[in-house]
Amino acid sequence: MERPGRAALGAQPRANGCGAAHGALRNGFVRGLPGTQINHVVHNGGLYKRPFNEAFEETPMLVAVLTYVGYGVLTLFGYLRDFMRQWKIEKCQNAIEREEQKDFVPLYQDFENFYTRNLYMRIRDSWNRPICSVPGAKVDMMERVSHDYNWTFTYTGKVIKGIINMGSYNYLGFAQNNGTCQQAAAKVLSQYGAGVCSSRQEMGNLDKHEELEKLVARFLGVESAMAYGMGFATNSMNIPALVGKGCLILSDELNHASLVLGARLSGATIRIFKHNNMQSLEKLLKDAIVHGQPRTRRPWKKILILVEGIYSMEGSIVRLPEVIALKKKYKSYLYLDEAHSIGALGPNGRGVVDYFGLNPEDVDVMMGTFTKSFGAAGGYIGGKKELIDYLRTYSHSAVYATSLSPPVVEQIITSMKCIMGEDGTTFGKECVQQLAENTRYFRRRLKEMGFIIYGNEDSPVVPLMLYMPAKIGAFGREMLKRNIGVVVVGFPATPIIESRARFCLSAAHTKEMLDTALKEINEVGDLLQLKYSRHRLVPLLDRPFDETTYEETED
Amino acid sequence: MDFKSMKYYLYWLYCQFELITCSYLMEPWEKLLFYTFNITMLVMISYTAYLFIPVHISTAFQFFLHLLGNQHENAVSVVK
Ligand SMILES: Cc1ncc(COP(=O)(O)O)c(C=O)c1O
Repeated sequence: MERPGRAALGAQPRANGCGAAHGALRNGFVRGLPGTQINHVVHNGGLYKRPFNEAFEETPMLVAVLTYVGYGVLTLFGYLRDFMRQWKIEKCQNAIEREEQKDFVPLYQDFENFYTRNLYMRIRDSWNRPICSVPGAKVDMMERVSHDYNWTFTYTGKVIKGIINMGSYNYLGFAQNNGTCQQAAAKVLSQYGAGVCSSRQEMGNLDKHEELEKLVARFLGVESAMAYGMGFATNSMNIPALVGKGCLILSDELNHASLVLGARLSGATIRIFKHNNMQSLEKLLKDAIVHGQPRTRRPWKKILILVEGIYSMEGSIVRLPEVIALKKKYKSYLYLDEAHSIGALGPNGRGVVDYFGLNPEDVDVMMGTFTKSFGAAGGYIGGKKELIDYLRTYSHSAVYATSLSPPVVEQIITSMKCIMGEDGTTFGKECVQQLAENTRYFRRRLKEMGFIIYGNEDSPVVPLMLYMPAKIGAFGREMLKRNIGVVVVGFPATPIIESRARFCLSAAHTKEMLDTALKEINEVGDLLQLKYSRHRLVPLLDRPFDETTYEETED
Repeated sequence: MDFKSMKYYLYWLYCQFELITCSYLMEPWEKLLFYTFNITMLVMISYTAYLFIPVHISTAFQFFLHLLGNQHENAVSVVK
């Protein structure tokens, strides 16, 4: 209903088409003829310099129905258990209101609490597993057992050694407790101490910080950069400094909690576009420009588009060339969160901008974290000098937060220099290549086995769909039994039926490790019947898109 | 077909059933309740089927017999 109209629009030559070579090519997309269903023959047209293969397979109908059956059974039993707890037939182990709070607003009645109490509790052993070694390619885990169905755990005192770690965001393998980074950090630790308990604007500004910021700016190819002690706070405290009331934020529906929090704190109006869906984004931009602010109809002061480089739950890569084209066309600003993509993507490991071969100047605010690829902690913002100077004075996390700890800074500097090849070796470059190779290999093999894998073929985050609630627990346990540590994700991090396991590849994984992991995954996949794939791929843009889902937060 | 693989196959089926219905995640007493309920339902359904299906089949059989054979005499009465 929506599509034929758009196709007709796309087929007319339009005066202000962004990058339109001729009528049928808009946003680098080859459109079908007017009136026909668009089936995205090509979705890497003019704007893309490399193939962009991103697909999301539809949930098979039977699987969806069975998943709901499973949740139905669990919900029924959940109600039964709640009933028994209330009538003291069963010992109540979950949090409840105290006697004197009983007449106030109920605290534990919403769906998420019900879910935690009755569903999550049954599979809780697959989460928060304590480890006792560096989380590199292999990790040691402390064995624990539960005698009361996951309400409490006790340690057996044994250590499970040599588990293949498929769960850490250790993309380039810098999470090590030996090697050059560790030595450099140790040296700086003895020289500078663990940290100056003061903020950057007071006594916390060390030469190491300035060195780091210069290096980050050079690494990103931007004029200036600023580093913060915490990635989450970088987002949630800097967005309010950039936009405020009377501004509009266009945010991807799957953005990370830190971006969501930042957007909400800013007080700007937030509108949400469908995940990585450029039609949806363009529609919102167009509406924003045509209609302006609600009621007053004044133009928006600023329009800021918030996107991430790699989405950590879907494994998808942002369609940056198109976002930039739209941003230029509608004269808005772009805020790119590269938490997962920095280091992990691109021939030089410089994130999505490098991956697509674009100009870093086109992205107004480049944000990222040091937590993932660099094996450290903290976040940065890069961009024009005016922007960074402004943030230095106005951002809350620059004014109030303590500065980065020098050994952590040193870890970032050493690993970043290594990626840039400034340490005189090609080790960093090899890591980047190794990661790309591992990613392709792992994804290809999983696809061949018949699993449903989400996301872009170059994304080192690989979500494998599990769907059914019992399979979440079973997959985590069976993989641990086979000495492989995986992360399983369920509600509320994903939609309720789209539970998944998420593998994060690392340059530290060797081919043997990946082969072992793949063999075991294959085995568990057969055991649990996880090979749902019908090889019917739906490009992201063809996912159902209805216009009325965005919410407006207006006051 | 040998007995062992048959047994393994049945066990595998049982596992799939457990995974789909989430009884895999249940505590023993919940499982007991769930299976009791399921088995009771199953037995009741099959008993009902056993009681009524033969009757229905024979009625239908009679109906078609009349329809094909003794049409003038009894068709009306059967429809009624
Ligand atoms: C997209 C995104 N932004 C920001 C963050 C926060 O970074 P940090 O963990 O360094 O606080 C994360 C981390 O999980 C993330 O995935």
